[in-house]
Amino acid sequence: MNAPLLIPQRPGPLWLLAEVTYRCPLHCAFCYNPVDFTQAGPELSTDDWLKVIRQARELGAAQFGISGGEPLLRDDIEILVAEARQLGFYTNLITSGVGLTEARLAALKAAGLDHIQLSFQDATREANDLITNTRTFDLKRKVAAMTKAAGYPTVINCVLHRSNIDHLDRIIEMAVEIGAEYLELANTQYHGWAFLNRQSLMPTEAQLAEAEAVTERWRQRLGKTMRILFVTPDYQSKKPKKCMNGWGEVFLSVTPDGLALPCHTARMLPGLEFPDVREHDIDWIWHESPLFNRFRGTAWLPETCQSCDEKDNDHGGCRCQAFMLTGDAGATDPVCPKSPDHALIDAALAEAERPGTVKPLVFRDPKNAVKLGRAF
Amino acid sequence: MTSSLARPRINRLFRFQWEPAQQAHVLLYPEGMVKLNQSAGEILKRCDGSTSVAEIVADLESAFNASNLAADVDAFLIMADAQNWITWSET
Ligand code: SF4
Ligand code: SF4
Repeated sequence: MNAPLLIPQRPGPLWLLAEVTYRCPLHCAFCYNPVDFTQAGPELSTDDWLKVIRQARELGAAQFGISGGEPLLRDDIEILVAEARQLGFYTNLITSGVGLTEARLAALKAAGLDHIQLSFQDATREANDLITNTRTFDLKRKVAAMTKAAGYPTVINCVLHRSNIDHLDRIIEMAVEIGAEYLELANTQYHGWAFLNRQSLMPTEAQLAEAEAVTERWRQRLGKTMRILFVTPDYQSKKPKKCMNGWGEVFLSVTPDGLALPCHTARMLPGLEFPDVREHDIDWIWHESPLFNRFRGTAWLPETCQSCDEKDNDHGGCRCQAFMLTGDAGATDPVCPKSPDHALIDAALAEAERPGTVKPLVFRDPKNAVKLGRAF
Repeated sequence: MTSSLARPRINRLFRFQWEPAQQAHVLLYPEGMVKLNQSAGEILKRCDGSTSVAEIVADLESAFNASNLAADVDAFLIMADAQNWITWSET
Protein backbone atom coordinates (compact mmCIF):
# COMPACT_ATOMS: atom_id res chain seq x y z
CA MET A 1 0.00 0.00 0.00
CA ASN A 2 1.32 3.44 -0.89
CA ALA A 3 1.06 6.40 1.47
CA PRO A 4 -2.50 7.73 1.55
CA LEU A 5 -2.18 10.99 -0.30
CA LEU A 6 -4.41 12.87 -2.69
CA ILE A 7 -3.83 12.84 -6.39
CA PRO A 8 -4.09 16.32 -7.84
CA GLN A 9 -7.31 16.56 -9.78
CA ARG A 10 -7.05 15.99 -13.48
CA PRO A 11 -8.47 18.84 -15.55
CA GLY A 12 -11.50 17.50 -17.39
CA PRO A 13 -15.21 18.00 -17.84
CA LEU A 14 -16.08 17.64 -14.20
CA TRP A 15 -19.15 19.83 -14.23
CA LEU A 16 -22.33 19.96 -16.23
CA LEU A 17 -24.45 22.98 -15.45
CA ALA A 18 -27.93 22.87 -16.92
CA GLU A 19 -29.46 26.32 -17.07
CA VAL A 20 -32.88 24.92 -17.76
CA THR A 21 -34.77 28.19 -18.08
CA TYR A 22 -34.25 31.93 -18.13
CA ARG A 23 -37.70 32.41 -16.64
CA CYS A 24 -37.61 33.62 -13.06
CA PRO A 25 -40.16 34.94 -10.61
CA LEU A 26 -37.51 37.24 -9.14
CA HIS A 27 -35.90 40.30 -10.66
CA CYS A 28 -32.45 40.55 -9.14
CA ALA A 29 -30.51 43.51 -10.36
CA PHE A 30 -27.27 41.55 -9.84
CA CYS A 31 -28.35 38.64 -12.04
CA TYR A 32 -25.56 37.39 -14.31
CA ASN A 33 -27.99 36.22 -17.01
CA PRO A 34 -27.75 38.03 -20.31
CA VAL A 35 -29.74 41.25 -20.40
CA ASP A 36 -31.33 40.16 -23.68
CA PHE A 37 -32.45 36.78 -22.31
CA THR A 38 -35.87 37.22 -23.91
CA GLN A 39 -34.25 36.74 -27.30
CA ALA A 40 -33.12 33.20 -26.53
CA GLY A 41 -34.74 30.43 -28.56
CA PRO A 42 -37.25 27.91 -27.23
CA GLU A 43 -36.23 25.84 -24.20
CA LEU A 44 -34.78 22.37 -24.65
CA SER A 45 -37.15 19.46 -24.25
CA THR A 46 -36.84 16.88 -21.49
CA ASP A 47 -35.38 14.41 -23.99
CA ASP A 48 -32.78 16.91 -25.16
CA TRP A 49 -31.65 17.38 -21.57
CA LEU A 50 -31.55 13.65 -20.90
CA LYS A 51 -29.30 13.20 -23.90
CA VAL A 52 -26.96 15.97 -22.72
CA ILE A 53 -26.82 14.44 -19.24
CA ARG A 54 -25.93 10.98 -20.57
CA GLN A 55 -23.27 12.28 -22.94
CA ALA A 56 -21.63 14.45 -20.30
CA ARG A 57 -21.53 11.55 -17.84
CA GLU A 58 -19.89 9.36 -20.46
CA LEU A 59 -17.15 11.97 -20.72
CA GLY A 60 -16.56 11.67 -16.99
CA ALA A 61 -18.53 14.62 -15.64
CA ALA A 62 -19.41 13.97 -11.99
CA GLN A 63 -21.18 17.13 -10.89
CA PHE A 64 -24.56 18.02 -12.29
CA GLY A 65 -26.08 21.39 -11.46
CA ILE A 66 -29.53 22.62 -12.34
CA SER A 67 -30.00 26.35 -12.30
CA GLY A 68 -31.57 29.10 -14.37
CA GLY A 69 -33.48 31.51 -14.02
CA GLU A 70 -35.53 29.60 -11.52
CA PRO A 71 -35.30 25.89 -12.40
CA LEU A 72 -38.41 25.01 -10.40
CA LEU A 73 -40.45 26.73 -13.08
CA ARG A 74 -39.87 23.63 -15.19
CA ASP A 75 -41.85 20.61 -14.16
CA ASP A 76 -39.36 18.03 -15.44
CA ILE A 77 -36.36 18.64 -13.22
CA GLU A 78 -37.29 15.60 -11.12
CA ILE A 79 -36.83 13.51 -14.27
CA LEU A 80 -33.46 15.10 -15.02
CA VAL A 81 -32.25 14.61 -11.46
CA ALA A 82 -33.34 10.97 -11.43
CA GLU A 83 -31.44 10.21 -14.62
CA ALA A 84 -28.33 12.11 -13.55
CA ARG A 85 -28.28 10.48 -10.13
CA GLN A 86 -28.79 7.03 -11.52
CA LEU A 87 -25.79 7.58 -13.81
CA GLY A 88 -23.61 8.46 -10.82
CA PHE A 89 -23.69 12.25 -10.93
CA TYR A 90 -23.67 14.26 -7.74
CA THR A 91 -26.79 16.35 -8.27
CA ASN A 92 -27.11 19.98 -7.21
CA LEU A 93 -30.17 22.18 -7.40
CA ILE A 94 -29.52 25.90 -7.34
CA THR A 95 -32.74 27.66 -6.50
CA SER A 96 -34.23 30.74 -4.93
CA GLY A 97 -36.62 28.36 -3.17
CA VAL A 98 -39.61 30.05 -4.76
CA GLY A 99 -41.89 27.23 -5.85
CA LEU A 100 -40.35 24.52 -3.70
CA THR A 101 -43.35 22.76 -2.18
CA GLU A 102 -43.33 19.74 0.13
CA ALA A 103 -44.55 17.60 -2.74
CA ARG A 104 -41.80 18.67 -5.13
CA LEU A 105 -39.16 18.33 -2.49
CA ALA A 106 -40.33 14.78 -1.78
CA ALA A 107 -40.22 14.00 -5.51
CA LEU A 108 -36.72 15.46 -5.85
CA LYS A 109 -35.56 13.54 -2.83
CA ALA A 110 -37.00 10.34 -4.28
CA ALA A 111 -35.22 11.11 -7.55
CA GLY A 112 -31.97 11.15 -5.56
CA LEU A 113 -31.16 14.85 -5.42
CA ASP A 114 -27.96 15.23 -3.39
CA HIS A 115 -27.79 18.89 -2.64
CA ILE A 116 -29.78 22.10 -2.61
CA GLN A 117 -28.23 25.53 -2.70
CA LEU A 118 -30.64 28.19 -1.59
CA SER A 119 -29.90 31.65 -2.78
CA PHE A 120 -30.80 34.69 -0.78
CA GLN A 121 -32.20 37.35 -3.02
CA ASP A 122 -32.75 40.88 -2.21
CA ALA A 123 -32.51 43.93 -4.40
CA THR A 124 -35.78 42.77 -5.85
CA ARG A 125 -38.22 45.39 -6.95
CA GLU A 126 -40.47 44.49 -4.05
CA ALA A 127 -37.81 45.10 -1.47
CA ASN A 128 -34.35 46.47 -1.81
CA ASP A 129 -33.24 45.10 1.40
CA LEU A 130 -33.11 41.59 2.67
CA ILE A 131 -33.45 42.79 6.22
CA THR A 132 -36.75 44.53 5.72
CA ASN A 133 -37.97 41.97 3.24
CA THR A 134 -39.57 39.71 5.81
CA ARG A 135 -41.63 37.97 3.16
CA THR A 136 -38.54 36.63 1.44
CA PHE A 137 -36.92 35.80 4.71
CA ASP A 138 -39.94 33.88 5.94
CA LEU A 139 -39.97 31.95 2.72
CA LYS A 140 -36.27 31.08 3.07
CA ARG A 141 -36.83 30.02 6.64
CA LYS A 142 -39.70 27.78 5.59
CA VAL A 143 -37.81 26.28 2.67
CA ALA A 144 -34.67 25.77 4.75
CA ALA A 145 -36.66 24.01 7.47
CA MET A 146 -38.29 21.83 4.85
CA THR A 147 -35.03 20.83 3.19
CA LYS A 148 -33.40 20.22 6.55
CA ALA A 149 -36.27 17.96 7.58
CA ALA A 150 -35.71 16.08 4.33
CA GLY A 151 -32.11 15.45 5.41
CA TYR A 152 -30.35 18.04 3.28
CA PRO A 153 -27.57 20.18 4.63
CA THR A 154 -28.49 23.83 4.38
CA VAL A 155 -26.27 25.65 1.95
CA ILE A 156 -26.97 29.30 1.39
CA ASN A 157 -25.58 31.63 -1.17
CA CYS A 158 -25.92 35.35 -0.75
CA VAL A 159 -24.77 37.87 -3.31
CA LEU A 160 -23.24 40.93 -1.68
CA HIS A 161 -23.42 44.42 -3.07
CA ARG A 162 -23.43 48.04 -2.08
CA SER A 163 -26.90 48.09 -0.55
CA ASN A 164 -26.81 44.88 1.48
CA ILE A 165 -23.16 44.52 2.42
CA ASP A 166 -23.54 46.76 5.47
CA HIS A 167 -26.06 44.26 6.86
CA LEU A 168 -23.69 41.35 6.62
CA ASP A 169 -23.68 40.82 10.36
CA ARG A 170 -27.45 40.36 10.29
CA ILE A 171 -27.27 38.20 7.16
CA ILE A 172 -24.83 35.81 8.84
CA GLU A 173 -26.93 35.81 11.98
CA MET A 174 -29.95 34.81 9.93
CA ALA A 175 -27.98 32.02 8.30
CA VAL A 176 -27.10 30.77 11.78
CA GLU A 177 -30.75 30.98 12.87
CA ILE A 178 -31.77 28.98 9.83
CA GLY A 179 -29.17 26.39 10.79
CA ALA A 180 -27.02 26.67 7.68
CA GLU A 181 -23.98 24.44 7.36
CA TYR A 182 -22.42 26.47 4.54
CA LEU A 183 -22.78 30.12 3.73
CA GLU A 184 -21.30 31.43 0.55
CA LEU A 185 -20.92 35.18 0.47
CA ALA A 186 -20.36 36.04 -3.14
CA ASN A 187 -19.48 39.58 -4.00
CA THR A 188 -21.28 40.57 -7.16
CA GLN A 189 -19.50 39.58 -10.34
CA TYR A 190 -20.29 42.16 -12.96
CA HIS A 191 -21.82 40.19 -15.80
CA GLY A 192 -25.15 40.60 -17.57
CA TRP A 193 -27.57 42.59 -15.46
CA ALA A 194 -24.96 43.14 -12.78
CA PHE A 195 -22.69 44.85 -15.30
CA LEU A 196 -25.54 47.07 -16.34
CA ASN A 197 -26.02 47.99 -12.68
CA ARG A 198 -22.38 48.03 -11.76
CA GLN A 199 -22.26 51.57 -10.50
CA SER A 200 -25.18 51.00 -8.14
CA LEU A 201 -23.92 47.63 -6.91
CA MET A 202 -20.25 48.28 -6.31
CA PRO A 203 -19.40 48.68 -2.62
CA THR A 204 -16.81 51.11 -1.33
CA GLU A 205 -13.44 49.92 -0.12
CA ALA A 206 -14.45 50.67 3.46
CA GLN A 207 -17.64 48.62 3.11
CA LEU A 208 -15.66 45.67 1.83
CA ALA A 209 -13.02 45.88 4.54
CA GLU A 210 -15.76 45.94 7.16
CA ALA A 211 -17.51 42.97 5.53
CA GLU A 212 -14.32 40.94 5.65
CA ALA A 213 -13.81 41.83 9.29
CA VAL A 214 -17.38 40.84 10.14
CA THR A 215 -16.95 37.53 8.30
CA GLU A 216 -13.73 36.83 10.16
CA ARG A 217 -15.37 37.50 13.54
CA TRP A 218 -18.19 35.06 12.74
CA ARG A 219 -15.72 32.47 11.49
CA GLN A 220 -13.91 32.57 14.80
CA ARG A 221 -17.17 32.19 16.67
CA LEU A 222 -18.71 29.46 14.55
CA GLY A 223 -15.75 27.23 13.82
CA LYS A 224 -16.83 24.08 12.03
CA THR A 225 -20.57 24.43 12.71
CA MET A 226 -21.02 26.76 9.78
CA ARG A 227 -18.43 27.28 7.08
CA ILE A 228 -18.35 30.72 5.51
CA LEU A 229 -16.87 31.20 2.12
CA PHE A 230 -16.15 34.81 1.21
CA VAL A 231 -15.63 35.24 -2.51
CA THR A 232 -13.55 38.35 -3.02
CA PRO A 233 -14.63 40.73 -5.75
CA ASP A 234 -12.36 40.79 -8.81
CA TYR A 235 -12.24 44.54 -9.09
CA GLN A 236 -11.02 45.17 -5.59
CA SER A 237 -8.80 42.13 -5.23
CA LYS A 238 -6.91 43.12 -8.40
CA LYS A 239 -6.30 39.45 -8.92
CA PRO A 240 -7.54 38.00 -12.18
CA LYS A 241 -9.30 34.67 -11.73
CA LYS A 242 -9.04 31.75 -14.04
CA CYS A 243 -12.26 31.63 -16.07
CA MET A 244 -14.29 28.81 -14.47
CA ASN A 245 -11.03 27.12 -13.48
CA GLY A 246 -9.80 27.31 -17.02
CA TRP A 247 -11.72 27.65 -20.27
CA GLY A 248 -12.70 24.16 -21.41
CA GLU A 249 -10.97 22.47 -18.49
CA VAL A 250 -13.64 21.52 -15.96
CA PHE A 251 -16.86 23.30 -16.71
CA LEU A 252 -19.60 22.83 -19.27
CA SER A 253 -22.70 24.95 -19.17
CA VAL A 254 -25.76 24.53 -21.38
CA THR A 255 -28.20 27.40 -21.88
CA PRO A 256 -31.99 26.99 -21.79
CA ASP A 257 -32.05 27.04 -25.59
CA GLY A 258 -29.30 24.47 -25.99
CA LEU A 259 -26.02 26.31 -26.50
CA ALA A 260 -22.95 24.73 -24.93
CA LEU A 261 -20.67 27.20 -23.18
CA PRO A 262 -17.36 26.89 -21.30
CA CYS A 263 -18.70 29.40 -18.78
CA HIS A 264 -22.24 30.45 -17.97
CA THR A 265 -21.70 34.01 -19.14
CA ALA A 266 -19.74 33.34 -22.34
CA ARG A 267 -22.83 33.79 -24.48
CA MET A 268 -22.16 37.52 -24.65
CA LEU A 269 -18.85 37.06 -26.48
CA PRO A 270 -19.02 38.18 -30.10
CA GLY A 271 -17.65 36.40 -33.15
CA LEU A 272 -17.85 32.93 -31.63
CA GLU A 273 -20.07 30.14 -32.74
CA PHE A 274 -21.81 28.44 -29.84
CA PRO A 275 -22.39 24.77 -30.53
CA ASP A 276 -25.99 23.59 -30.21
CA VAL A 277 -26.39 20.39 -28.19
CA ARG A 278 -29.13 19.24 -30.55
CA GLU A 279 -26.72 19.32 -33.48
CA HIS A 280 -23.49 18.12 -31.91
CA ASP A 281 -22.65 15.60 -29.23
CA ILE A 282 -20.92 16.69 -26.06
CA ASP A 283 -17.77 14.77 -26.91
CA TRP A 284 -17.28 16.82 -30.07
CA ILE A 285 -18.28 20.02 -28.33
CA TRP A 286 -15.83 19.49 -25.50
CA HIS A 287 -12.84 18.24 -27.45
CA GLU A 288 -13.20 19.54 -30.99
CA SER A 289 -15.43 22.59 -31.17
CA PRO A 290 -13.67 25.84 -32.03
CA LEU A 291 -15.47 27.50 -29.11
CA PHE A 292 -14.05 25.22 -26.42
CA ASN A 293 -10.59 25.45 -27.94
CA ARG A 294 -10.65 29.19 -28.47
CA PHE A 295 -9.28 30.16 -25.04
CA ARG A 296 -8.06 26.79 -23.83
CA GLY A 297 -4.64 26.69 -22.21
CA THR A 298 -2.32 29.67 -22.50
CA ALA A 299 -1.02 29.67 -26.09
CA TRP A 300 -3.58 32.29 -27.19
CA LEU A 301 -2.69 34.76 -24.41
CA PRO A 302 -1.68 38.32 -25.32
CA GLU A 303 1.89 39.50 -24.88
CA THR A 304 1.22 41.08 -21.46
CA CYS A 305 0.39 37.65 -20.08
CA GLN A 306 2.83 35.56 -22.14
CA SER A 307 5.76 37.14 -20.34
CA CYS A 308 4.16 36.81 -16.89
CA ASP A 309 4.78 34.12 -14.25
CA GLU A 310 1.14 34.03 -13.29
CA LYS A 311 -0.20 32.86 -16.63
CA ASP A 312 -0.51 29.19 -15.68
CA ASN A 313 -2.46 30.13 -12.57
CA ASP A 314 -4.95 32.60 -14.02
CA HIS A 315 -4.87 32.13 -17.81
CA GLY A 316 -5.15 35.89 -18.15
CA GLY A 317 -8.41 36.11 -16.18
CA CYS A 318 -12.03 36.31 -17.26
CA ARG A 319 -12.82 36.51 -20.99
CA CYS A 320 -16.21 38.10 -20.50
CA GLN A 321 -14.78 40.76 -18.24
CA ALA A 322 -12.05 41.49 -20.77
CA PHE A 323 -14.64 41.83 -23.51
CA MET A 324 -17.17 43.91 -21.58
CA LEU A 325 -14.52 46.37 -20.49
CA THR A 326 -12.21 46.56 -23.49
CA GLY A 327 -14.23 45.22 -26.41
CA ASP A 328 -11.62 42.50 -26.96
CA ALA A 329 -12.38 39.04 -25.55
CA GLY A 330 -8.73 38.06 -26.04
CA ALA A 331 -7.30 40.89 -23.93
CA THR A 332 -5.68 40.59 -20.52
CA ASP A 333 -8.43 40.85 -17.90
CA PRO A 334 -8.39 44.55 -16.93
CA VAL A 335 -8.62 43.70 -13.21
CA CYS A 336 -4.95 42.75 -13.50
CA PRO A 337 -2.72 45.71 -12.58
CA LYS A 338 -0.46 44.77 -15.50
CA SER A 339 -3.29 45.13 -18.02
CA PRO A 340 -2.91 48.14 -20.32
CA ASP A 341 -6.60 48.76 -19.60
CA HIS A 342 -6.37 48.62 -15.82
CA ALA A 343 -7.24 52.32 -15.57
CA LEU A 344 -10.83 51.28 -16.36
CA ILE A 345 -10.96 49.37 -13.09
CA ASP A 346 -9.43 52.20 -11.10
CA ALA A 347 -12.02 54.56 -12.59
CA ALA A 348 -14.88 52.22 -11.61
CA LEU A 349 -13.49 51.91 -8.09
CA ALA A 350 -13.03 55.67 -7.78
CA GLU A 351 -16.62 56.12 -8.89
CA ALA A 352 -17.77 53.83 -6.09
CA GLU A 353 -16.04 56.11 -3.57
CA ARG A 354 -17.75 59.28 -4.81
CA PRO A 355 -20.91 59.90 -2.82
CA GLY A 356 -24.20 60.74 -4.48
CA THR A 357 -23.49 59.26 -7.87
CA VAL A 358 -25.50 56.07 -7.50
CA LYS A 359 -28.06 55.47 -10.23
CA PRO A 360 -31.33 53.60 -9.61
CA LEU A 361 -31.15 49.85 -10.18
CA VAL A 362 -32.46 48.33 -13.38
CA PHE A 363 -34.27 45.14 -12.45
CA ARG A 364 -34.05 41.96 -14.45
CA ASP A 365 -37.39 41.46 -16.10
CA PRO A 366 -38.61 40.74 -19.61
CA LYS A 367 -39.86 44.29 -20.16
CA ASN A 368 -36.52 45.86 -19.34
CA ALA A 369 -34.80 43.19 -21.42
CA VAL A 370 -36.77 44.10 -24.52
CA LYS A 371 -36.40 47.80 -23.88
CA LEU A 372 -32.63 47.58 -23.46
CA GLY A 373 -32.01 45.12 -26.29
CA ARG A 374 -28.37 44.46 -25.40
CA ALA A 375 -26.33 41.61 -23.98
CA PHE A 376 -24.93 43.40 -20.91
CA MET B 1 -3.90 10.66 17.34
CA THR B 2 -7.31 9.09 16.77
CA SER B 3 -8.64 6.63 19.31
CA SER B 4 -8.28 3.11 17.96
CA LEU B 5 -11.76 2.30 19.27
CA ALA B 6 -13.42 5.22 17.51
CA ARG B 7 -15.55 4.39 14.50
CA PRO B 8 -15.29 6.81 11.59
CA ARG B 9 -18.01 7.25 9.02
CA ILE B 10 -18.19 9.37 5.91
CA ASN B 11 -19.83 12.71 6.56
CA ARG B 12 -23.31 12.86 5.04
CA LEU B 13 -22.22 16.00 3.19
CA PHE B 14 -19.98 13.82 1.03
CA ARG B 15 -20.63 10.96 -1.32
CA PHE B 16 -17.92 8.39 -1.76
CA GLN B 17 -17.91 6.43 -4.99
CA TRP B 18 -15.82 4.73 -7.64
CA GLU B 19 -15.44 6.87 -10.77
CA PRO B 20 -14.81 4.76 -13.87
CA ALA B 21 -13.60 7.78 -15.87
CA GLN B 22 -10.98 8.56 -13.23
CA GLN B 23 -10.20 4.96 -12.34
CA ALA B 24 -10.25 6.14 -8.76
CA HIS B 25 -12.43 6.56 -5.73
CA VAL B 26 -13.64 10.09 -5.28
CA LEU B 27 -15.47 12.13 -2.70
CA LEU B 28 -18.23 14.20 -4.18
CA TYR B 29 -19.65 17.11 -2.28
CA PRO B 30 -21.65 20.20 -3.09
CA GLU B 31 -19.99 21.57 -6.19
CA GLY B 32 -16.73 19.72 -5.86
CA MET B 33 -14.83 16.49 -6.05
CA VAL B 34 -11.70 15.10 -4.46
CA LYS B 35 -9.94 12.34 -6.31
CA LEU B 36 -8.37 9.85 -3.95
CA ASN B 37 -5.41 7.61 -4.45
CA GLN B 38 -5.74 3.91 -3.81
CA SER B 39 -4.82 3.96 -0.12
CA ALA B 40 -7.13 6.83 0.71
CA GLY B 41 -9.89 5.05 -1.19
CA GLU B 42 -9.27 1.78 0.65
CA ILE B 43 -9.39 3.52 4.03
CA LEU B 44 -12.54 5.50 3.31
CA LYS B 45 -14.25 2.42 1.91
CA ARG B 46 -14.01 0.99 5.41
CA CYS B 47 -15.29 4.10 7.21
CA ASP B 48 -18.84 2.81 7.66
CA GLY B 49 -19.52 4.01 11.20
CA SER B 50 -19.41 0.52 12.66
CA THR B 51 -15.81 -0.49 12.04
CA SER B 52 -13.26 0.84 14.53
CA VAL B 53 -9.94 2.37 13.55
CA ALA B 54 -8.14 -0.69 14.93
CA GLU B 55 -10.34 -2.98 12.84
CA ILE B 56 -9.78 -0.85 9.73
CA VAL B 57 -6.02 -1.11 10.23
CA ALA B 58 -6.19 -4.87 10.77
CA ASP B 59 -8.40 -5.32 7.75
CA LEU B 60 -6.09 -3.28 5.51
CA GLU B 61 -3.02 -5.11 6.78
CA SER B 62 -4.53 -8.43 5.91
CA ALA B 63 -6.02 -7.27 2.58
CA PHE B 64 -2.71 -5.82 1.41
CA ASN B 65 -0.49 -8.24 3.20
CA ALA B 66 1.25 -5.38 4.97
CA SER B 67 2.11 -4.43 8.51
CA ASN B 68 2.47 -1.26 10.57
CA LEU B 69 -0.21 0.66 8.72
CA ALA B 70 -1.60 2.21 11.90
CA ALA B 71 0.43 5.42 11.62
CA ASP B 72 -0.52 6.00 7.95
CA VAL B 73 -4.18 5.34 8.62
CA ASP B 74 -4.09 7.59 11.64
CA ALA B 75 -2.46 10.44 9.76
CA PHE B 76 -5.00 10.12 6.96
CA LEU B 77 -7.97 10.06 9.33
CA ILE B 78 -6.74 13.17 11.13
CA MET B 79 -6.49 14.94 7.80
CA ALA B 80 -9.89 13.60 6.70
CA ASP B 81 -11.40 14.81 9.95
CA ALA B 82 -9.90 18.27 9.50
CA GLN B 83 -11.42 18.35 6.00
CA ASN B 84 -14.78 17.33 7.46
CA TRP B 85 -14.87 14.21 5.27
CA ILE B 86 -15.59 11.95 8.22
CA THR B 87 -17.48 12.08 11.45
CA TRP B 88 -17.18 9.74 14.42
CA SER B 89 -19.78 7.38 15.79
CA GLU B 90 -20.22 7.27 19.54
CA THR B 91 -18.19 4.47 21.04
S1 SF4 C 1 -30.09 36.07 -9.93
FE1 SF4 C 1 -32.22 36.50 -9.34
S2 SF4 C 1 -33.22 37.10 -11.25
FE2 SF4 C 1 -31.30 36.09 -11.84
S3 SF4 C 1 -31.89 33.97 -12.15
FE3 SF4 C 1 -31.20 34.14 -10.03
S4 SF4 C 1 -33.05 34.51 -8.83
FE4 SF4 C 1 -33.57 34.93 -10.98
S1 SF4 D 1 -0.44 39.78 -16.81
FE1 SF4 D 1 -1.85 38.17 -17.42
S2 SF4 D 1 -0.96 36.30 -16.58
FE2 SF4 D 1 0.01 38.01 -15.51
S3 SF4 D 1 -1.19 38.31 -13.66
FE3 SF4 D 1 -2.02 39.68 -15.22
S4 SF4 D 1 -3.67 38.51 -16.18
FE4 SF4 D 1 -2.41 37.04 -15.05
